[in-house]
Amino acid sequence: MADAKKDIEKKEASNPGQVERTRQRRVYTPDVDIVEKKDEMIVIADMPGVDEKSVDVTVEKNVLTIYGKVDAGIPENHKLLLSEYGMGDFQRSFTLSDEVDKEKIQATVNNGVLRITLPKAELAKTKKIQVKAEGIGGMMNLNN
Amino acid sequence: MLWSDFEKLGSFLDPLSEFERMNQAISRLSAPVTVEFPAVNVWVSGDHAVVTTEIPGLDPASVDISVVDKTLTLRGARRPEDLKEGEAYHRRERWSGQFTKTVELPFAVESGRVEARLLKGILKVSLPRAETDKPRKIAINTA
Repeated sequence: MADAKKDIEKKEASNPGQVERTRQRRVYTPDVDIVEKKDEMIVIADMPGVDEKSVDVTVEKNVLTIYGKVDAGIPENHKLLLSEYGMGDFQRSFTLSDEVDKEKIQATVNNGVLRITLPKAELAKTKKIQVKAEGIGGMMNLNN
Repeated sequence: MLWSDFEKLGSFLDPLSEFERMNQAISRLSAPVTVEFPAVNVWVSGDHAVVTTEIPGLDPASVDISVVDKTLTLRGARRPEDLKEGEAYHRRERWSGQFTKTVELPFAVESGRVEARLLKGILKVSLPRAETDKPRKIAINTA
């Protein structure tokens, strides 16, 4: 694999503002891709163990928060012999700019991958601005 | 602690966050350093083993699982997002590409009875111990 050297260890989520969680368990930061398209932004998060029932996507005061509850799924009566990754929930927050139309946000989960579509508000859609070359008259003015 | 850390004088005002920072630094040291992707957990109960791994975004058809004796090999690949012209990444943290992972198990496995499930991005392989590998009870004959 190309990026095998990359740090594959799961990163535990930091706790912004020292706010404590009610559930006592590990919380990890999901790896995320954010893609900007012409009319929308796409947030894709790897959240293995999460399905449509156990994921929460909320937008409050311009902050998009994703939270996925993961059922540890420990095999019954089995002992952990080798542990390379930890099990826990996923959480991550992003600040959205005003250009996102918050009413039209959509989210899907497939095979443990959360995909959020954030449509751009009409005003924020990229408009191409025609750049005009200034005439020689303008240049003349500089010399005055 | 590095001397350069003293520049972050602000963090000294909060001893708790300083403790948290050191705690994280220590737990990072004790964590396994060279783990090949994808990370696996191996569970064992008597003559049965379960291997789990997190491979979100893969469909079952694109994962290849093979067992030879004591060795389990997982192979798979995930394609990156197809971007059209004018589309750009703001962040790119998710993995893509091919992987091969071999896991050594504590016993030889009955390859015909291996079962695998890929659910919500977590692969779970159930591996029973091979009959031939199980210890045999030897009856003692009385003369």
